[in-house]
Amino acid sequence: MTDGAILLQQVINGLSLGAMYALLAIGFTMVYGILELINFAHFNVFMIGSFLGLWALEALGLSGQSRVLTGLELFGALAFAFAVAMLGSGLLGVAIERIALRPLRGIPGTTGMITTIGVSYILFNIILLGAGAESKNYPNPMPRLQWNISGAVVDLREVLIWAITLALMVGLQLFVSRTRLGKAMRATAQDSEAARMMGVDVDRVIVAAFFLGSALAGAAALIFGLYYNYTSFLIGYSAGLRAFTAAVLGGIGSVPGAMVGGVIIGLIETLGGQLIAVRWTDVIIFSILVLVLVFAPTGLFGRAAPTKS
Amino acid sequence: MTEQVEQKAARLTQIRAPGRWVLPSLGIAAMPRLRTLGVSLLLSIAVLFPPLINNDGDVDAAANALSFAALALGLNIVVGFAGLLDLGYAAFFAIGAYTYGALASFQLHPAWTDFWQPFAWLGLVANLNGTVHFQVSFWLMMPLAAAIAAFFGILFGAPTLRLKGDYLAIVTLGFGEIVPIVARNSPTLTNGAQGLNGVIPPQIFGYSFGISATPYYYVGLALVVFLMFASQRLKFSRVGRAWMAIREDEIAAAAMGVNRVKFKLLAFAIGAAFAGATGTLYVAKLQTATPEMFMFPVSVMLLVMIVFGGIGNVWGVVVGALILQILQSWFLQDLSRWINALGRLVDIEWLQHVQLASSIELIFGLILVFMMLYRRQGLIPASRRVAALTTEQQTALPTRGGFDNLQGLGALDERRTGPLLEIENLTVRFGGLVALRSVALSMPAHSVLAVIGPNGSGKSTLFNAVTGLIAANEGSIRFEGEEIAGRSPHVVLERGIARTFQNLRLFPNLTVLENILIGMHARLDAGAVAALARLPRTQREEREACPTPTVDGVRSPGRWPRNRSCYCSTSPPPA
Repeated sequence: MTDGAILLQQVINGLSLGAMYALLAIGFTMVYGILELINFAHFNVFMIGSFLGLWALEALGLSGQSRVLTGLELFGALAFAFAVAMLGSGLLGVAIERIALRPLRGIPGTTGMITTIGVSYILFNIILLGAGAESKNYPNPMPRLQWNISGAVVDLREVLIWAITLALMVGLQLFVSRTRLGKAMRATAQDSEAARMMGVDVDRVIVAAFFLGSALAGAAALIFGLYYNYTSFLIGYSAGLRAFTAAVLGGIGSVPGAMVGGVIIGLIETLGGQLIAVRWTDVIIFSILVLVLVFAPTGLFGRAAPTKS
Repeated sequence: MTEQVEQKAARLTQIRAPGRWVLPSLGIAAMPRLRTLGVSLLLSIAVLFPPLINNDGDVDAAANALSFAALALGLNIVVGFAGLLDLGYAAFFAIGAYTYGALASFQLHPAWTDFWQPFAWLGLVANLNGTVHFQVSFWLMMPLAAAIAAFFGILFGAPTLRLKGDYLAIVTLGFGEIVPIVARNSPTLTNGAQGLNGVIPPQIFGYSFGISATPYYYVGLALVVFLMFASQRLKFSRVGRAWMAIREDEIAAAAMGVNRVKFKLLAFAIGAAFAGATGTLYVAKLQTATPEMFMFPVSVMLLVMIVFGGIGNVWGVVVGALILQILQSWFLQDLSRWINALGRLVDIEWLQHVQLASSIELIFGLILVFMMLYRRQGLIPASRRVAALTTEQQTALPTRGGFDNLQGLGALDERRTGPLLEIENLTVRFGGLVALRSVALSMPAHSVLAVIGPNGSGKSTLFNAVTGLIAANEGSIRFEGEEIAGRSPHVVLERGIARTFQNLRLFPNLTVLENILIGMHARLDAGAVAALARLPRTQREEREACPTPTVDGVRSPGRWPRNRSCYCSTSPPPA
């Protein structure tokens, strides 16, 4: 491959990773926007989502590279896997909110965040104990269909990832901007006190935010599995931190920001790995996290002064 | 609104009310003699532990436990005292460890030149077949590593100063991730993932510590005892009060004259120094260091230890660290063995292979969630017992004029003329909202000035601007002829203007006495060193700052505030 083609290939890879990070970042951003809570449990809701997707595919008799599906069969299998991963993760997110976070609502400081670290550890170890430490092969039911774009290769899997991500993003945007609950969510994010006075059921809004954010994490998790062809109990932390960085970069609290931030982080990961060195990509990404928080805490699209003091 | 107020009140009582199952050690704390006895007993047991147990493996585990107790004490300074949640604390542990690891091992071996000769005379390096062998003494490296870690504490702490709780936690987490990765990617200094080789064991009077765990155990014990002592001294000093005031309410702390920047950085530096010193011990004992030893899980484990034991309580965090380490090194392994044996007995395959030690993180997670939901103050709460007032105390009336030591307030020069406070053209904008527009005001000396206006007219904004809590966009504020606009709140307070709040902003987890003494913060000057050494001068300063009760017009002798004895200053009711 020529240098140009390698870079183009890395851009394509970066877009796929970015799509995944964007979906994952939305969960951070929605919960932060409404509760001002950094939800570390989200890392491992994502990880569990990937196992749910795996189990769903295995339930359909797909494992390893054994079978390739086409047409309606492929569509059905993917739809089923996405439904299971998203619904399962969404419900898990709601359960976490209900059991661990709601009793702590209104307590100032970092109590909520520490609790989510604890929840994250619990989820992590449930999978470690239940499913074992070895990483699992992820089935790839998609046919080998590739297109060549000036030396770089795009395969069907990547096109599907982009299409699904785009569909979910558009759906989310429509939900947030057009529906009554979406409007309530936006109002609560801006001023939960005022929203409550206007008759918004804030508890319901919070549950909806956890459900949607976690469901999108489930979708991101299935994408992770299909893209990397494996999953393990360990995947939550690094993917989660990257997605969190994406959310911060885009402006935490802002859904379009999370999308853009995700794509930027995905591109930085692949292009940084290509142009500098893979072993330094983590340092680059965490430096972005630190620099943005310190010098431009509102990120690219964040509202100015989100503090409620 | 009332619901909120009630919730808040309920929270306050929750914070203040001691748990129903308070450990007996609190009772011990109340009685000095019993406490001394208890501490001596504990210390004797700790000193006699290695010869009694006579098992190097167990002593080794105990030495590790002590190292983590020392780290927990350091994290407690940052998180417990100053309230700055640090999720990357293991980075300072790494910095201390690698500082010793690089300067007392075969890792670095530049070619020998005459440049190194003076260092060789000092015994810091040796000429080893034409290369330099760094062999700086462990005893020199421990304070040096602490100082280097403290420097990094300031370096990493400085960018976080303006951030609020959760953002600060994330930035520290970012630094905590970056440090081990840099260590892994800098093999010349750290030997990367393979780990340092040939770290020199410490020597004392020609005796090398070698690989036996016992000497490390004793150094660890001495370190923990010293750090506990240092923590307690700092906590009950002007420095500790400033930290806790920042933790409870930053704005109010600033209004009381606490220099937030200075004291936050001091907390980062001292906390990091504890970790740096511990890092040298840990790497000397292990004789290697790999980047994996300093990753995020270590920072979380330390957080679990202090949350479990009681954030802010020195004894609590040590107990929390020791319990969790004992659980990890002994109890879970024994339990796994018993379960495996049971599995063989009843022939259940699954039970034969259960390894509970690997589920320690599950236990950590459960502890964090459980403690946050049901017992946020930890096993041994930091907040003091609420002493019930006697009937006599309840009926006592506070008297004016009982305190004659308001020496910090200099008398105003009687002859001075001209305005004391002059405000010109003061404008404060919040985005598009102009809260104050060209306010001008002149206040003569020896006068009382009232600012009257409806809700939202900007009275509080005016006070906030004058006292430096918010920055004015335009205009000048002169106090005694000196420009104070744009100065920090603590500077304004030192000049002589204090801000009080309409809704009293007391520090809820501080004692009455500490709440009073915070008001003296700017008039006292004991720093961290003075607090540690507790010199006669510092003792006198604290004693004189303490409001002392007058009984029948006679001042009872002032005394150094004992660690936990909060006493209200009251005088008996007038006859």
